[in-house]
Amino acid sequence: MQEVMKNKAKELLASGEVRAVIGWKKGEFCYDITPAVFTNAEEIDNGFIYDDFCGANLSKYLIKEAHKDGKVLVFLKPCDTYSFNQLLSEHRINREKVYVVGVSCDGKVDIEKIKRTVGDGIIALSSDGDKISVETLYDKYEINRADALAERCVNCKSKKHVAYDELLGDEGEVLDSKRFDEVEMIENMTADERFEFWRNELSRCIRCNACRNVCPACSCEKCIFDNDNSGYVNKAPVTSFEENMFHIIRAFHVAGRCTDCGECSRVCPQGIPLHLLNRKFIKDINTLYGDYQAGEDPEARGPLTSYTEKDPEPSVVTDKE
Amino acid sequence: MQVNEFKPKIVAFCCNWCSYAGADLAGTNRLNYPADVKIIRVPCSCRVNPLFVLRAFQRGADGVIICGCHPGDCHYTTGNYYARRRMTLLFSMLDYLGIEKERTRVEWVSAAEGAKFAATMNDFVATVTKLGENKRLEDLRCKK
Amino acid sequence: MVKISFEKLNSLFEKISEKYDLFVPTKKNDGQSYFEKWEQGKTVSDDLNTVRSAKDFFFPQHEDIVSFKLDGKNIEITDERREVRPFVMFGVRACDVRSFSILDKVFLSEPVDTFYKAKREKGIVISLACQKPSETCFCTTFGIDPTEPEGDIRAWKGNDCYYLEGVTEKGNALLSELSLEECDRTEVDAQIENTKKILDRLPLGKLDTDSFGGDKLKELFDSEKWASLSESCLGCGTCTFVCPTCQCYDIKDFETGHGVKRYRCWDSCMYSDFTKMAHGNPRLTQLERFRQRFMHKLVYFPANNSGEFGCVGCGRCLNKCPISMNIVKVMKTLKGEN
Repeated sequence: MQEVMKNKAKELLASGEVRAVIGWKKGEFCYDITPAVFTNAEEIDNGFIYDDFCGANLSKYLIKEAHKDGKVLVFLKPCDTYSFNQLLSEHRINREKVYVVGVSCDGKVDIEKIKRTVGDGIIALSSDGDKISVETLYDKYEINRADALAERCVNCKSKKHVAYDELLGDEGEVLDSKRFDEVEMIENMTADERFEFWRNELSRCIRCNACRNVCPACSCEKCIFDNDNSGYVNKAPVTSFEENMFHIIRAFHVAGRCTDCGECSRVCPQGIPLHLLNRKFIKDINTLYGDYQAGEDPEARGPLTSYTEKDPEPSVVTDKE
Repeated sequence: MQVNEFKPKIVAFCCNWCSYAGADLAGTNRLNYPADVKIIRVPCSCRVNPLFVLRAFQRGADGVIICGCHPGDCHYTTGNYYARRRMTLLFSMLDYLGIEKERTRVEWVSAAEGAKFAATMNDFVATVTKLGENKRLEDLRCKK
Repeated sequence: MVKISFEKLNSLFEKISEKYDLFVPTKKNDGQSYFEKWEQGKTVSDDLNTVRSAKDFFFPQHEDIVSFKLDGKNIEITDERREVRPFVMFGVRACDVRSFSILDKVFLSEPVDTFYKAKREKGIVISLACQKPSETCFCTTFGIDPTEPEGDIRAWKGNDCYYLEGVTEKGNALLSELSLEECDRTEVDAQIENTKKILDRLPLGKLDTDSFGGDKLKELFDSEKWASLSESCLGCGTCTFVCPTCQCYDIKDFETGHGVKRYRCWDSCMYSDFTKMAHGNPRLTQLERFRQRFMHKLVYFPANNSGEFGCVGCGRCLNKCPISMNIVKVMKTLKGEN
């Protein structure tokens, strides 16, 4: 797959069809991949990679890159194409200036999960079907790929690309995922347990803003939490209120626009399951206003920018037992 | 009267066209409702940003109620329909985080419903009084 | 050198806790380790390092400074400084211990930061030698010896006991209070030798700082490589907030509704409003802000501090950067190795 992608990138660069290629670049070790912009064949030969660790969603980089002159090629995994469509519908990307190559994905691997099993000192990794062989400075291990799969990939919602100009590899299906199970589990707790659960999670927040900055739906030019004139600016989670406020408002602002790509939870240095906030909104929207998958159709009207006269009253929440 | 009786602070966001007029009517009709309800006039119920609700709690509110025109009667035709979705989702999220859902409410009050306004406030204040002080969404820095 | 067996560790911690707040690395339910206040039942995590560095205890993420209250025409000003209880940190790694001396250079030089100073004076650091360094470790690059860490007391974890050795006056005083069993260095020496062999095999062990330092300012500042290095930077503050040596802070006012609370909190050079002044912002692009972080650690800091670099090679930014861009990649790229 990686070779096919490299060739495609070099071919389009050589023909002048595209000015640059947004892809993944290999790192210092076998897992620390960085999103990168490639502009020539040499760079692609030296650094381009597509493997188990290319989890980063590249669609957000298009906001910046597609503002420049010329066309840019981007490789998108199935879940990334939803973010792409969502950005299109919000007019953040000029479709004409992007050449989307869809690439298939069989789930990405979470290095943190591997480290939790094998410990520190990973120097070599190789994936062979269902197994991943890991060599550390201290020992060798073999682990099931399924056990190392990133949380969001365990509950993959779709292997289908909803937008592309060209597809490499096989097209998949929209999956019947169990992604709301965890949300339901929390809903079934008592209010005290829920409060306890979220305090425990959100109190770890260090307000690094990684969740916000990586989020393709968080594409405001100036975030309210960065705007000195807003009255809401805060750089540190000084009180529990501010921890709550930031995450409630962030999740709310992307409600109906969040495609559930899971980047927020992937990047959180403190391991807070932020996707569970977004999924709650998605679940509520599905139940209250009908099934809606953000990014599936760039022409669709979002659930928070539309209404019906028969919408349930807020008392469905406030009066429920 | 007991000295230490808990009196909740309530913030009521009222739309200019219906609910604020409803509150006015309650006043001119001399209908009683607790003085701890502080009304903030907004052009439309959909002007209420979720941040307003949270900020009210931060600054010491024990309950927040949003009042607007009845669905279908919005001065701007559709504002309250959007507010309805937003607040439903916001309240559901607060509940998900374990914050008492009874502290938040949306009620539609027309300009002619002075009695409903007073009754709504009495009822809401009673509910929040039972819950006691807002602890879960408080900001200790704002305590006097 | 003295030792304490694993079974007796709890009672030792109990004894320390009588007079001090004791903080030890503990595993939380997210599978990562954090320094937490010790209480009965808490065990010391075996993880190599904590997510957040030990810096937090001397230079916390936020700290109240002063509050103002308006009363008629009078403004009431209250010093919000809290008295620092004496505390002990157990299990600080060599990299984090070195970060204190870097922070000292910033906060203890004139004008002295009294908030920081109070905590430094009241804090006792028990460091812990590393035995199983990670692939992301490169403390040796900055001349740190993880087998024999600095600190007030240094410790080694043996097979059935911890070995402790007083380093500073403060450390020796604490050790003498604890009256532990004397012992020899045999196991410790063997461990050091063994760990050094592992250090030789570390993938980043050969990283050197030859191309950096105060005298390389112009050449590095003007490097064309910053553009591609910073290209995919998200502008989040993860690297700066997990970093044990990042020391920039902002002073903010919070309006409480009946007064103002002035506090300081960590700032990040990655943020768009970093060093924003009345006239605007001196660094308008992410490239400039990104460059600032690494120039600070590799050029400006050594220029002002007789050659000492502002990095301790703990590897936290390598582990935590959402896009895996970090100081090692920056150093290697600037040197032309990547």
